Amino acid sequence: MDNAKSSTFTIEVPELCVVALIGGTSSGKSSFAARHFLPTEVLSSDFFRGMITDDENDQSISADAFDLLYCAANKRLNHKKLTVIDATNLQQSARQQVVELAKNQNVHAVAIVLNPPEEVMLARNKARADRNLPERVIHQHRNALRKSIRGLKREGFRFVYVLHSVEQIENAEIVRTKLWNDKRELHGPFDIIGDIHGCCDELEMLLDQLGYIRTDGVYRHPGGRQAAFLGDFCDRGNRNADVLRLVMDMVKDGSAIAVPGNHDVKLLKYLRGKNIAMTHGIDKTIAEIEAQGEDFKQEVASFIDGLISHYVLDDGRLVIAHAGLKEEYIGRASGKVREFCLYGEVTGETDEFGLPVRHNWAADYRGRATVVYGHIAGEEVSSLNRTVCIDTGCVFGGKLTAYRYPEGETVSVDAKETYYQPIRPLERQGAAIDRDMGDILTVGDFGKKLHIETQLMPSVDIHENNAAAALEIMSRFAADPHWLIYLPPTMSPCETSDLDGYLEHPLQAFAYYADRGVRHVVCEKKHMGSRCVMVACKDAQTARERFGVTDGSTGMIYTRTGRRFFDDAATENAILDRLRKVLTDTHFWQDFGTDWVCLDTELMPWSEKAQALLRTQYAPTGRAGVGSLSAAVQALECACRRNHMAYEVDAGASGQNVDISDLLTRYTVKLRDMEKYTVAYGEYCWRVDSADDLRIAPFHLLACEGKVFSDQQHVWHMETIRQYLTGSDPLFMATPYLCVDTADEQSVREGVDWWLALTGSGGEGMVVKPDTFIAKENGKLLQPAVKCRGSEYLRIIYGAEYLEPEHLQRLKKRSLKRKRTLALKEFSLGMESLSRFVDREPLYRVHECAFAVLALESEPVDPRL
Amino acid sequence: MLLTITYEGEHTQDLGFLLHKNPDRAQQFALSYGKAYVFYPEVSDERTTAALLLDIDPIDLARGKLGGSEGGLFDYVNDRPYASTSFMSNAISRVFGTAMKGRCDKKQQLADTPLPLTATLTSLRTGDDKELAAQLFEPLGYTVKTETTLLDSRFPEWGESPYIDLTISGTVKLSELLNHLYVLIPVFDMQKHYYIAPDEIQKLLDHGGYMADAGEDEGSTQSKGWLASHPYKEKIARRYFKNKQSYARKAIDILMSELPEAQSEEDAGAAAEEAEAQEKRVPLNTQRMEAVRNAVLASGASSVIDLGCGECRLTSLLLSEPQIQRITACDVSVSVLEKAAKRLRLDDMNPFKRRKLTLMQASLTYRDKRFEGFDCACVIEVIEHIEPTRLPAFERILFAFAAPKTVILTTPNREYNENYTNMKRNGLRHDDHRFEWTREEFRTWAAHICEQFGYTCVCSGIGENDPAFGTPTQMGVFTRNG
Repeated sequence: MDNAKSSTFTIEVPELCVVALIGGTSSGKSSFAARHFLPTEVLSSDFFRGMITDDENDQSISADAFDLLYCAANKRLNHKKLTVIDATNLQQSARQQVVELAKNQNVHAVAIVLNPPEEVMLARNKARADRNLPERVIHQHRNALRKSIRGLKREGFRFVYVLHSVEQIENAEIVRTKLWNDKRELHGPFDIIGDIHGCCDELEMLLDQLGYIRTDGVYRHPGGRQAAFLGDFCDRGNRNADVLRLVMDMVKDGSAIAVPGNHDVKLLKYLRGKNIAMTHGIDKTIAEIEAQGEDFKQEVASFIDGLISHYVLDDGRLVIAHAGLKEEYIGRASGKVREFCLYGEVTGETDEFGLPVRHNWAADYRGRATVVYGHIAGEEVSSLNRTVCIDTGCVFGGKLTAYRYPEGETVSVDAKETYYQPIRPLERQGAAIDRDMGDILTVGDFGKKLHIETQLMPSVDIHENNAAAALEIMSRFAADPHWLIYLPPTMSPCETSDLDGYLEHPLQAFAYYADRGVRHVVCEKKHMGSRCVMVACKDAQTARERFGVTDGSTGMIYTRTGRRFFDDAATENAILDRLRKVLTDTHFWQDFGTDWVCLDTELMPWSEKAQALLRTQYAPTGRAGVGSLSAAVQALECACRRNHMAYEVDAGASGQNVDISDLLTRYTVKLRDMEKYTVAYGEYCWRVDSADDLRIAPFHLLACEGKVFSDQQHVWHMETIRQYLTGSDPLFMATPYLCVDTADEQSVREGVDWWLALTGSGGEGMVVKPDTFIAKENGKLLQPAVKCRGSEYLRIIYGAEYLEPEHLQRLKKRSLKRKRTLALKEFSLGMESLSRFVDREPLYRVHECAFAVLALESEPVDPRL
Repeated sequence: MLLTITYEGEHTQDLGFLLHKNPDRAQQFALSYGKAYVFYPEVSDERTTAALLLDIDPIDLARGKLGGSEGGLFDYVNDRPYASTSFMSNAISRVFGTAMKGRCDKKQQLADTPLPLTATLTSLRTGDDKELAAQLFEPLGYTVKTETTLLDSRFPEWGESPYIDLTISGTVKLSELLNHLYVLIPVFDMQKHYYIAPDEIQKLLDHGGYMADAGEDEGSTQSKGWLASHPYKEKIARRYFKNKQSYARKAIDILMSELPEAQSEEDAGAAAEEAEAQEKRVPLNTQRMEAVRNAVLASGASSVIDLGCGECRLTSLLLSEPQIQRITACDVSVSVLEKAAKRLRLDDMNPFKRRKLTLMQASLTYRDKRFEGFDCACVIEVIEHIEPTRLPAFERILFAFAAPKTVILTTPNREYNENYTNMKRNGLRHDDHRFEWTREEFRTWAAHICEQFGYTCVCSGIGENDPAFGTPTQMGVFTRNG
C-alpha cells in the first residue's frame, strides 16, 4: 500500500467502519482527522478528558475518558455511523479495544498510522502552547509505534494504512467505499428463488413460468426482471452441476444475483481440498462436478468464493440472505454476520432428529426491510414480521418457489419427484414459524415511548406515561389484540356558538369547513348510543387465517377502547350471525371480493352500555334534583302565600333580605330544567331483553380484504351501507344524512333546519363531515368530522341548568385545541392501523396503532367536549 | 338541599328567636360554594316551620372553583347541588351557629328545654342501607319516617333510588337536633366536599357532645355526649371518615376508651361480628402468603419474580429471606406500584435489601424478556383477573417463554364461596374477577399446562378446609420437567 511516490496517497475506508488513528503525540492525528472527517465522526480521547475534568491533558482520568468515548462510539455504530477513534492507540491493549468494538458491531476496523519523522514531532511538540512533553516521551512513542505496525493485521485490523512522511500525511486522500452487500441501487423487480438443491428441471420450468427466455444458453427476462438466488444450489438433487452452470451463467450475465448457502460453502471447502463429511447429499454433487473436469471445478470455486453473504437492495427495502438476517446485522460485515446468513441462528441444543434447534429470529424481527430467505424447508411459504421464508422443500418432493418482489406474489413449480427423504418432517404451514411467536406481542415494542409514522401524519409520538396507561388498559380490559385492527378516534365539537341560547349550533360546524376551503359537507344524524366497531368474518376459517384467531370465533364487536362490547358471547354471536346473513343475502362478499369486513357503528340504546353511568350518576342526579327541587318549590309557595310584606334591609341582621317570590321563580325554573334533563336522558334508554331490542347504525364501511375505504366519499359510505346492510334485518339501520353546500345560503339554512328538527324531537344532534373521507387544507389534515349537539341533549353533558343565561355565558368559554389535536392524531392512527392490516403487515405493527390510540385517550381532556 | 324544622305547640313563632332568624323575613347568606336561604313556609301559634334552602352553583362545582383540586371534583351532571350532603352540615353550622351552641339570650330557658320538633331532609343518600336512618336517629329518641321512590319511574327495572326523604320527630332541645343533623348528614352521604384535616376528629367529638373531663362521677353515658353513647358510634365514625379510616379509628378509640361498662348489647354484637370477620380475612391472606413463601423456599429458588405483585405483600416477605438473592416485583398498574413503593418504603430501604429488589410495570399478556432468567415465578391471586380469551397468551408468556423452573400460582376456589353468606349466589369474590375456578376446573387447567409446556404440578389448598367445599384458596406448584 506504500505508494509514496505518487502525489496523492489514497486511503479506502468502508462507508461504515471503525477507524483507529495510530500515532504518538504531535504526530498530527487531530489535524489529519479534522481534514478528512466530520467533527462529529471523530471521537478524541482528549475531548472526553476535557469533558470530565475541564483539562484535555489530564492523564489521571484516562480510564473514565475512554469509557465515555467507547460509549459514544457504540451509540454511533448502532446507528450505522462511521466512527474515528482519535487516541494514540500505541499500546496493543488500547488497539484491542478498537478491534473488539468493531467485532461487536460487526463492522471492519481500519488502522491509519501516522508516523512522521521524529524531528518533525519534536519540533511540533516544542511549538505547542498547551502541552510540552519531554523529548523522551516522543521518542518512546515512536519506538512503540515502530514495534506495533507489523502486527496490526494480525490484531484484527482489516485494512492498514501507514503514512511515513509529512508529505504522505498531507497528500492523503480518503475515499469511502460502499460495503459489498450494499446494492441499494438495484431496484429489481426481482424473482427471488429459494433452495434449488440440484433440482434443475424444476428450476428451468420455474424460470419459464416467470417469463425468462433462454438465449445462447442463458436465461434472461425480456422485461428486465432479475432473478435472485438464495443459495443452496446443489446437493441431494439429480442435476447439481447443471444448476451451478445455469446460475453462474445468469449471474455472470447480470440477469441474476446470488447469495451463498451453507451447502455451497461446504462445497467450496471440498474444492479447496479440505476434508468434509460426505453427508446430506454432497456426494452426488461431487460426483457430477468431478465428471465436468478441472476448469469447471475452478469456475465453481471462484464463483462461490466471490459470493456476498447478503444483499441490501432497493434503497434498503429488501434484504436477501440464505438463512435470513436479523435487523442488527443488516448492512454489516463480519464473520458473525456471514455465519448467520449461512446457517441462521441456533440455540446450541439438538432436537430428537439430532439436528440443531433453531432460534426463531423472525419472531423478534422488527426491521422495516423485507427479509426474504430460505434454508428452512416448509410445506408453504411462511411470512412473519416482514420476513418471508420461501424454501418449500423442492428436493424433498415439495415445490420450488419464487417470490416476486415488489409484487409480493409467489410462483411455484411442484417437484417432479422426491429426490431425498428429509430427516425431520417439513415445517407445517403456520405451525413452526408463523404461530410460534409472531402472534404474541412483546412488551419491548410497547411499554415505552412510542414514535409512529402514519400516512396522514408524519409522526405521532406517545409519551411514556401514556404508554404505561395504555399497557394497563390493554392488558386488563382489551379484547384479543388480533381483532383490534382499528380504534375509532375521538371527535371534537364545533366551535362554541355566539348565538343566545345555544352552546353549539350548526353554523359553526359549517364555518369550520367553509373557512378551510371545504365547500361541500355531509350532515349525518348523530345517534345517541355507544360507539361500536364490528369486525365480521365469513367463517371461522377466515378468522383463523386472516386474523390469526384460533378459538373458533368468527368476529368481534368491541368498544372504542377495545373492550368486548358484550359480556356474553351468545349475544355477540347472535348479532354477528345476523350481520353475516345480511351480508350474504346482499352478495356483499362477492361484490367486494372479501371474506371479512370492518364497520364503524353506533349501537343503541345508550342504556345498554351506559347502564352503570345511568344508574349511578344520571338517574340519581335527576331523582335527587326533581325530589329536592319540588320540595323546595312547595316550601317556597307556602312561604309566598303567607308572606306579603315588603322586604327591607335590616342592618342588624346576619343575612341579607331576599325577595321570596323571586326565589320561587328561580326554583320553579330549576325544577323545570331538571325535569327536561330527565326527559333528555330518558330518550336514549329503553329496555333490552334480547338482541331484537338493539339497533345498530353503521356509518363507515372501513375496510375489507385489500381495501381501506378512506378514498370513498361519505355519501358512498352512507349509500353502500344502506344498500348492503339495511332493509332486511331491523337490527341494522341506515343513518339519515343531508348534503350541505356551505357556499349556498339556502343550503346552509336547510342544514340548520334539519338539525333543529332532529334535536327538537329528542335527537342528540349531528355530525358534520367534509364530503371526502380525508380532507386537507394546504397539506394539513382537517378534522374528519365535528359534532354539533342539540340544546336539550347537552343538558346531560353540562347539567340540567346549563342553558340559564348566567351559566351558559360561563360555559361558552371552552377551548377545543387539545381535543382537536387528539382527534387528528387518533384519526391518523386509526386509518394507519387499517391500512397496515390490509397490507398484511405484522401484528405488532397493527397493534401499535391501536395501542397508541388508547395511550392518547389517557391524556386529560375535558370529557364534555 | 332542603332542611325544614317544625316546632309544634304553643307560641311556636318563638322558633324564630331560637334560630335567630326572623320569621317575617326571608334571608340569604353567602357561602363559599353558593348561597343559603332561610324562610318560613308556615308560621302560626301552633305550628311554625323554618326552611334552610341551599343554592349550590353547579358550574362552579364542576369547574373546580369549589372543593379544591384542579378540574373540579365533580361532574356537571351531579347530585351534589340537590342531595343533602356535607354542604348542608356546613350550612347549618354557618347559618344556625348560635342556635347550635344552644344560646338564645332572649329565650334561654326555651333553648334549654326539649321541645317537640320535627325535621325533614330531602334526598339523603343511603345507598342500599335502608336501615341506616333508623339506626342513626332512633337511638337518639326520634321517630323516624323515610320515603323512597323508584330511581326513574319510566324504568322500573332500574330499581329503587339510593335516596330517602327523611322526617324525624322527637322532643329534643333545638341545639341537640342541629348537632345531630350536623354530624349525621355526612354519615349518610360519605362524600365530603372539602379536604379532611386532622381537626375534623375534634369537630366530630365536639358536635357529638363529647367532653373528656365531664361526667366522671355521674357515670352516666349522657354526660359523655350523645355520640359516645350512640350504639352505632363506630359505624358513624367509619362512614364519617370514609376516606380517612385512620381518623375513624382515632375517633373510635377516644369514644370507646372513655366509655364505662355501658356498652350496649347491640353494639357489642356488631363489633364482635366485625372483628371476627376481620380476623377471618386477615389470616387467610397471611396464610396464603406464608404458604407461598414456604413453597418458594422449598423449591430451592434464589431468584423470584412476583407477577402481579399488588402492594408487594409477598415480595416484602421474601425480601427478608436470606435464600432469595434477587426478586422482581411487577404489576400492570403504575398506581399500584407507586403504592407498593410507598408501602415498602423503597427510598429508605436497607441498601442490601434494595439491591435485591426491582419494581417494574409489566403485563402478563405481552411477552417480556425481563421475565426470563428467574428460578421461580409467583402468580398469586392474579390469573382470575385475566380475560379467559387472553389466558392462552398468558400461558405461553409464562410457561413457554419465561419458563422458570418453578411456578407457584394461587387462585380462589369457587366452591368455597358457599361459605360466604353475604355473597350473591354464583357471584365472584371481586368485581374485577373474570372467573373463579372450582377445584376440578383448576386441576384440569393445571393438567393442560403440564401437558402442553412440560411441567409437573402439585395442587393443594390454603386456608380452612371445608369438608364439602375445600379451602378458600387453591395453589398449584408447577415444576419444569427435566
